[in-house]
Amino acid sequence: MQVELRQIHKRFGTNHALKGIDLSVQAGTIHGLVGENGAGKSTLMKILTGYLTRTEGRIFLDGGEVDNADPASAARNGIGMLYQEPQDFPPLTVLENFMVGRDTEPDPDRNRQRRRLLELADQVHFSLDPDQKLDKLTVGERQQLELLRLLGRGVQVLILDEPTTGISDRQKARLFEALRQIRDQGRTILLVSHKLEDVVALCDRVTVLRHGRVTGAEDAPFNVPGLLAMMFDAPPANDTHRQSLPAGEVLLSFEQVTAEGERTGLQDCSLDINQGEVVGLAGLSGSGQGLFLRLAAALLKPATGRIQLRGVPMDLKDHRFFKGTGGVFLPADRLEEGLIPGFTIQDHFALASNSNMAAARVSATEAIVRFRIRGEPDTPVESLSGGNQQRLLLSLIRLESSLILLENPTRGLDVESARWIWENLRRQFIRRGAIVFSSAELDEILEVADRVLVFYDGNIVRDLHINELDYQDVAAAMTGR
Amino acid sequence: MNELPLAVLLASVLATATPLIIATLGETITEKAGVINLSLDGSLLLSAMVGFVVGYETGSFLLAFMAAAATGASVALLVGIYGIYLGQLQVAVGFALTLMCKDLAYFLGNPYSRLQGPQMISWKIPGLSEIPFFGPVLFQQPLTVYAGLLLIPAIWWYFYRTARGLELRAVGENPQACYTRGIDPRRKQILYILIGGALVGLAGAAFSLGIKPGWGRPQGIEGIGWIALAIVIFGGWHPVRVALGAFLFALLQVGGISLQNIWTAIPAQVFQVAPFPLMILALVLVNMLEHKSIQRWLEHRPGLAQLLDKLKGDPPRALGKTFHPD
Repeated sequence: MQVELRQIHKRFGTNHALKGIDLSVQAGTIHGLVGENGAGKSTLMKILTGYLTRTEGRIFLDGGEVDNADPASAARNGIGMLYQEPQDFPPLTVLENFMVGRDTEPDPDRNRQRRRLLELADQVHFSLDPDQKLDKLTVGERQQLELLRLLGRGVQVLILDEPTTGISDRQKARLFEALRQIRDQGRTILLVSHKLEDVVALCDRVTVLRHGRVTGAEDAPFNVPGLLAMMFDAPPANDTHRQSLPAGEVLLSFEQVTAEGERTGLQDCSLDINQGEVVGLAGLSGSGQGLFLRLAAALLKPATGRIQLRGVPMDLKDHRFFKGTGGVFLPADRLEEGLIPGFTIQDHFALASNSNMAAARVSATEAIVRFRIRGEPDTPVESLSGGNQQRLLLSLIRLESSLILLENPTRGLDVESARWIWENLRRQFIRRGAIVFSSAELDEILEVADRVLVFYDGNIVRDLHINELDYQDVAAAMTGR
Repeated sequence: MNELPLAVLLASVLATATPLIIATLGETITEKAGVINLSLDGSLLLSAMVGFVVGYETGSFLLAFMAAAATGASVALLVGIYGIYLGQLQVAVGFALTLMCKDLAYFLGNPYSRLQGPQMISWKIPGLSEIPFFGPVLFQQPLTVYAGLLLIPAIWWYFYRTARGLELRAVGENPQACYTRGIDPRRKQILYILIGGALVGLAGAAFSLGIKPGWGRPQGIEGIGWIALAIVIFGGWHPVRVALGAFLFALLQVGGISLQNIWTAIPAQVFQVAPFPLMILALVLVNMLEHKSIQRWLEHRPGLAQLLDKLKGDPPRALGKTFHPD
């Protein structure tokens, strides 16, 4: 199905998010949409899928004008979208999540739907247990399920918003294979991504957005520096300078810690984390990294073993103690665990520093400039784009913090912002403390960390220092070899 | 003393529990779809009054119950319109309606106070009612009791075995995701608040035409609405557990009345009030099942654990929140 958008405008109050976008996508192609955070990619796709209404503009499918006033009518026109934040129902089972929806004629026959789910999963080599409750799954697995559901609905235009976030390289390869298969059936795919490598690997054509305008388009094979120039005002800087410090005192220590959770749990984990270290947690999503971080942050208690923070056993301590001793934990799920929807940027500063509104306004204004957050002190956090929410979270870390735990901190951020954030974190915190972060991007870990812990199936299978790092070895360890 | 005191006691518990069961199931449907109808206490009273008055004037139980259901649904519709479409706080709207309905019920019902009106009589199910012990308990009851009992499995089946029930639960969990999947969450919520409200209305009439026939001030059903709201919460929004909670409350009430005759030294008020704190205590005990140590103990008893797991429930995640599309 051929898609054409003409002069799409979108205003959120006074914010002119899309300033007249023209986009034409040929049937049977994979079309990439790239751009910096807040460039308008997701907004544009949500308009195509009817989730957001457009202020102005027209949509044509195969030459005929359509309204797409809401997701239901867009679905009837054959459009389906995999949203960046999973749109699903955590307490329901996988099968039930697969079944809910009226975007096509609903089929209430559970057995038939179960077979359909397993069949589709098999085609793209995903493995999901239909009777598992969704809240036991990782974000990556939830995305997989949503993709299967869309495939099952027989969408003609498939929109994917950052689909490779949080899934393993192996799953990504399979996903891409499936997407090519879908394209070859004559269906149209729109891929929103900030990862140029994905776009280059997969897309037939790419359109670049910047500040709500189209700044260019290119057919494969792509000229990456050219794309970067269209994406950013200035080309991103080249390298983070990393000076490794001698290891200081022990900040955090795990002694034979075993815990339950995620899917894999965490088995018999013993290690120390010292002042001055940047520790990257590598591994496929849901291999125990999230559990490790939550144990360290005293949000969860281990089943056996002992965790000490600055020499104090944490058995009877809670997250407040962790925060009181200079700890910070930023979870991956921004709006559920990290930020408070309905509160403004300023409110978050007031809460974080326990200061009055005037002082909070000053720090909010400062942070907006320093962290380049696209918003005002009065902007409610839920109306910020994903990347900007992430920057806000990072800007809320107190300067005197000493143990910083980050879960996928640069998720949804473009290359330049990620680089900038890492430089900042390093400069501000490394002398006083340690940074421990998990990331779905092995490249990021290898680029940023001084020390890498590789998780596989709930075990730490490698503990490597910067000078003994080898990409092949880490990648192999992640997949259990 | 009666020759079958236990059977009489249990039959009485069942009868007393009926309006509460119907009302809590109605509220369970509403809240499972993500809407809080806090007007329960008021709309129970109002529909009890309407049911009695229509029954008195027309002599028709059918018309009386229909009018009561319509009353409950109308109050619910107000909560729906203000809470879902006009973006008002559902709890605030519901609370205001509680007070309004209560006053309205006593004001409009005043001329009918203490009148002898129609009363539902027990309907003995041929054959089954002859069974010793179980016959008198289960099969010699007003029709409303049978209806209330059948409602429990019916609603369970609807929630967990039908596609529409799945949609109902989905809307209560995440209306936004429903919207992306082509389901209009607000239409669903209005539908289920109406159905839930109609059941609350039926519960009111079941009381004023069956359990304690007649109308007067204070009406015996006053306060039951709040208990019903609490039972829905402690019952984990699960129809079977919620119904069990309603039975338990009825048992405490009827038991209190029986004990009053035995221990005459204790003031009657103690027995009247006792069911409320005892109910809270019982519900706390039920919820302690979720505690880790008990869960660990249950790990070695898979059968029991499975049974309890089936009864367990978390609040619908979008309870009380409404989704407004762009």
